[in-house]
Amino acid sequence: MKIPFIAVSKSEFILYLREPSAFFFTLIFPLLLMLLFASMIGNDPFPEEEFGYVDFSVAAYMGMVMVTSFVMALATSMAAYREKGILKRFRAAPVTPFSILAGQLVAIFAVTVAGVILLLIAGFVFYDLKFFGNFFEFVFVFLLSSASIAALGFIPASLAPTARSGEVIANIMYFPMLFLSGAALPQSMLPDLLKNISLAFPLTHAIRLMQGVWLGGHFWDYPVHVMVLAGFILAGLFVSVKYFKWE
Amino acid sequence: MDDYVVTVQNLVKHYKDVKAVDGISFSVNRGEIFGIVGPNGAGKTTTIECIAGMRRADSGSVDVLGLDPVKDSLALKRRIGLQQQESEIPDRLRLWEAMELFSSFYDTVLQWEALLKQLNLWEKKDSFYSELSGGQKKRLFVAMALIGDPEIVFLDEFTSGLDPQSRISIWKLVKELRDQGRTIVLSTHYMDEAEKLCDRVAIVDHGKLTALDSPSNLISIHGGHTRIQFNVGDVFDGESLSSLKGVEFIQNSDNVCSLEVSSSSAIVEIVKQLDAMGQGLDSFKIEAPTLEDVFLNITGREVRD
Ligand SMILES: Nc1ncnc2c1ncn2[C@@H]1O[C@H](COP(=O)(O)OP(=O)(O)O)[C@@H](O)[C@H]1O
Ligand SMILES: [Mg+2]
Repeated sequence: MKIPFIAVSKSEFILYLREPSAFFFTLIFPLLLMLLFASMIGNDPFPEEEFGYVDFSVAAYMGMVMVTSFVMALATSMAAYREKGILKRFRAAPVTPFSILAGQLVAIFAVTVAGVILLLIAGFVFYDLKFFGNFFEFVFVFLLSSASIAALGFIPASLAPTARSGEVIANIMYFPMLFLSGAALPQSMLPDLLKNISLAFPLTHAIRLMQGVWLGGHFWDYPVHVMVLAGFILAGLFVSVKYFKWE
Repeated sequence: MDDYVVTVQNLVKHYKDVKAVDGISFSVNRGEIFGIVGPNGAGKTTTIECIAGMRRADSGSVDVLGLDPVKDSLALKRRIGLQQQESEIPDRLRLWEAMELFSSFYDTVLQWEALLKQLNLWEKKDSFYSELSGGQKKRLFVAMALIGDPEIVFLDEFTSGLDPQSRISIWKLVKELRDQGRTIVLSTHYMDEAEKLCDRVAIVDHGKLTALDSPSNLISIHGGHTRIQFNVGDVFDGESLSSLKGVEFIQNSDNVCSLEVSSSSAIVEIVKQLDAMGQGLDSFKIEAPTLEDVFLNITGREVRD
């Protein structure tokens, strides 16, 4: 085992699984929420459509997993690492910042994928979930969305000086996105004003893009979503490269 | 030829308006135990952090193993080990996992199993970091500083908060490390520790180097006189002893007579004289000066104030 970032990601993944609240909110809570709504609505095709509720909303729950892990978990854990001097201990070792950050990201991405797999299994097993798109295209938009949400999470993760401030900033970003972007609630339940506000969040674009491709669309049908997501990746990279603080 | 592993010249480091290090220069010889001593806030940690590539100095130059700690930081960190005064690892990491993780950062490593055994942490290898006591955490960080088989080991306040037994076992370990050919740079605010352990000691106060020498030289130059104390009866004329060569009478109170002597032959004279006076040598004490006295004489203050 000689590749530092793999070693870091392995230990971060184990640590993640040992953190009960992070474990619950990324892996279990979106699953429960999906099953709860599905149990009320079912997955019969909507009138004049081929897809039902679960087919339509599974991508939104994936967005929820993403934002919980990449914004909540990443910002809180990095801020705590910074405040407690864990980043400082890493920096005393011959390991590049890249390895530490990439290790974190890979671990969190693995958690995200685990959460998504749980959603898919539950969907296929209990609700006859159907996929209408192209597999590789979906993988592409899923990666693009993950990178964009990760970049957003990296902004507070790079800057927050204390665990407390990391948590506060993460909450301020997390809850509006969760409720307005169509992750926890379908956007059709929102008034137009809130829908328009939600366009400021990358999660809204991520969910709409993933939903579109899941239901058989192509990513080039959604140039605005793709560009906004790419823009957030650049912004997040810029902020974290320029302002990342070790202590 | 001198074989320096660390050379610091005119090191200056500010934090906002605090001048933490104010023009320090010194060199560390290969294979010695070099101590940086001084009270809290003297600038020890900042000095070590500038040497170990953790901070960029404002001015001055630092050379460690021929490397620039800022520019060649990664190459340097492969060859040194640093135990920081304040740092942590994640609470829910088990000790063996932490040792494995940090081992993966180095090309050559010491067996972490042996390190944990040596530092008395073997029974704790499956515990979470959060389950360790303060002293065990300190020892873990010493072990982690050694994982990469370092040429220079930096130990910053490595025994503060440790119980006496652990202190003694870490002292032994530090000497073993030196005997293996490693260089040790340590900081401490315990003067007795520096005196027992270090080959050379740099005394730092208010960010400045005030003295640098072996403990015995520092004591003989700056330590002042040896003190003698013994119990006496009610009517003892201590003054009369000042007539002896090299003896200075201090006081006679509560049936204790205190003197200072400037040579060991004076002690012999005192004993002879007391014997001639028919005075017993009840609890006769010789107190040689220590590094503590050196610090007091150089700075005019106690170390811990
Ligand atoms: N990160 C920091 N930010 C601001 N001031 C600091 C920081 N670290 C140390 N100082 C100040 O710099 C001075 C020297 O500190 P330090 O190097 O830690 O001394 P020592 O290790 O001898 O106790 C102290 O006055 C301390 O308060
Ligand atoms: Mg210190």
